[in-house]
Amino acid sequence: MSKGETLLEVSGVKVDFNIKPDGAMPWTKPLKLHAVNDVSFDLKRGETLGIVGESGCGKSTLARAIISLVPTSGGSIVWLGDELVGLSKSEMRPHRKEIQMIFQDPLASLDPRMNIGEIIAEPLKTHFPRTPKKEIVERVKEMMSKVGLLPNLVNRYPHEFSGGQCQRIGIARALILNPKLIICDEPVSALDVSIQAQVINLLKELQNELGLSLIFIAHDLSVVKHVSDRIMVLYLGNAMEISSSAELYSHPRHPYTNLLISAVPIPDPEIELNREISLIEGELPSPLSPPSGCVFRTRCPKAQAICAAEKPEMKSETKDHMVACHFPD
Amino acid sequence: MGSVASEKANQLAKHNPKTRKIEQMAQNMANTAPVKGRSLWQDAYHRFFQNKAAVISVIALTAIVLFSFIGPYFAVWSNEEIDWARLGKATEMGAPSLENGHYFGIDNLGRDLYSRVIQGTQVSLMVGLIGAGIAVFVGTFYGAAAGYFGGRIDSFMMRLVDILMSIPFMFILILMLVVFGRSLYMLFIGIGLLAWLDMARIVRGQTLTIKNKEYVEAAIATGVPSLTIIRRHIVPNLMGVVAVYATLLVPGMILTESFISFLGLGVQEPNTSWGALISEGAGTINYGTTWQLFVPLFFFVVTLFSFFFIGDGLRDALDPKDR
Repeated sequence: MSKGETLLEVSGVKVDFNIKPDGAMPWTKPLKLHAVNDVSFDLKRGETLGIVGESGCGKSTLARAIISLVPTSGGSIVWLGDELVGLSKSEMRPHRKEIQMIFQDPLASLDPRMNIGEIIAEPLKTHFPRTPKKEIVERVKEMMSKVGLLPNLVNRYPHEFSGGQCQRIGIARALILNPKLIICDEPVSALDVSIQAQVINLLKELQNELGLSLIFIAHDLSVVKHVSDRIMVLYLGNAMEISSSAELYSHPRHPYTNLLISAVPIPDPEIELNREISLIEGELPSPLSPPSGCVFRTRCPKAQAICAAEKPEMKSETKDHMVACHFPD
Repeated sequence: MGSVASEKANQLAKHNPKTRKIEQMAQNMANTAPVKGRSLWQDAYHRFFQNKAAVISVIALTAIVLFSFIGPYFAVWSNEEIDWARLGKATEMGAPSLENGHYFGIDNLGRDLYSRVIQGTQVSLMVGLIGAGIAVFVGTFYGAAAGYFGGRIDSFMMRLVDILMSIPFMFILILMLVVFGRSLYMLFIGIGLLAWLDMARIVRGQTLTIKNKEYVEAAIATGVPSLTIIRRHIVPNLMGVVAVYATLLVPGMILTESFISFLGLGVQEPNTSWGALISEGAGTINYGTTWQLFVPLFFFVVTLFSFFFIGDGLRDALDPKDR
């Protein structure tokens, strides 16, 4: 149970969705959409892994696959030595209390007909149905003050709260079972900037206090940089680069990461106006028919013949900095 | 330097009466007993009672229900007694009057229409409420289960509904009444069996939208069992639609029963219902006994309108964005 112990090992995970073409007959074979394709990473106790990428690159799907909200079609997910892929609902249940999730839309993730006391207590009631009522109330109040909500608001309903407060309720619900891992699926992208900072700092404080691991999904690179120890860059369902956060920002090796980082605005108009921004050309290809070889080659400034022929493997030259590119920087 | 400045600011704040007040307020907020929340149901309740038509309808409906329970205590004649003195002379002597105790007049068999209407009101409301009740109960759970589980289960369950729907409902009901005998129970079973089909479809459609909401996903991620999710998250969130549809279903049931009774297949003598009374009244309209038609018709129309207005009011109250 020491720090540095590996909590989660994801290797070669694939998620496919069946898409029916328009006007298809019932017996036509559905098209396969590879939402997540052969992604591997591991996560240690107390560590934060950031996952970044464009919209639709499979960030959320990957997160949902880890807690088996969507079925995987390949690979393995090992949680503290136990394989999670292929478990039945009831076999999965004991693991669910150790992995919790925070959702993107704070209001939509709270049942509008339940008051927040009931919402926060739901995981507790589900996994420990025999907990006495008094203890549940106490735990709920404790969680509420931990996330910075006044405990006397337990009887209020979600629509009576602001977005930031709703996200705090979501965090309290995720924390009540003392999980080891919290998956944050774009927890701040629906909030405005000042509230974003509050929620992120709250998450970091809680992480320090409780020794949580976080998987932090976002499309805002500066947010991810602020919270993460390590970062994984996804493109079209494929991992492009995994590295420690500082290393990734100072020495990005994959051309895609490079372009992403150069697109982050700098909050100083003089620098921002005078610097050269290299844009990513072209459109995101359809995940239904991804390019052959390296999926990024259609938009890559360095693409050559080999990129179309061969898919680059995840390689590591220096320790902890893996990159999937034929011509890394 | 920075820390010194902030300490200074702190000290200033301590002496500033305004800051102290705010601090006190914050203290009070933190210490008070739990604040009462206002649920979406309570919001809907307040909106509903601002709708005049709906409130008047509620009052009218309550009055009719009360009338059917309290009315018998004021009756001079029972619903079975025949007033031999007036039998056959309904046109001249049977009109509504307070003196002889026939408040609503007599029917063409010399029975007291007041007591008959009370009896008919009870039967009609019972048919409406029980029929709608069965439809709501069966339809909600059937539809919610089909929508939630999805895939093949959904296809199978909904195709079954399609098949049942393709059978002409009135025809089956009439056949049942002819084959198994004309009884009130058969009427309940017949109406109840078929009324839930529409409800199941509506509920399934709603469930499909609700089950993709993030709070359901959150519940799945927490490990809440499927049936509990349906009961705890899905059904309460579709109760709005169900409540509206149920209030519109009650008059539908009453109409169906009235139609069947009008054909002479529904409730049988000595029992009666609004439909049967209207049928009898319509039969004798040529002889000038208009009250035999208009008294039951009045109750019938007022009840139907009340239910429709309540349904409208509920829809506006439960879904304020949809107006």
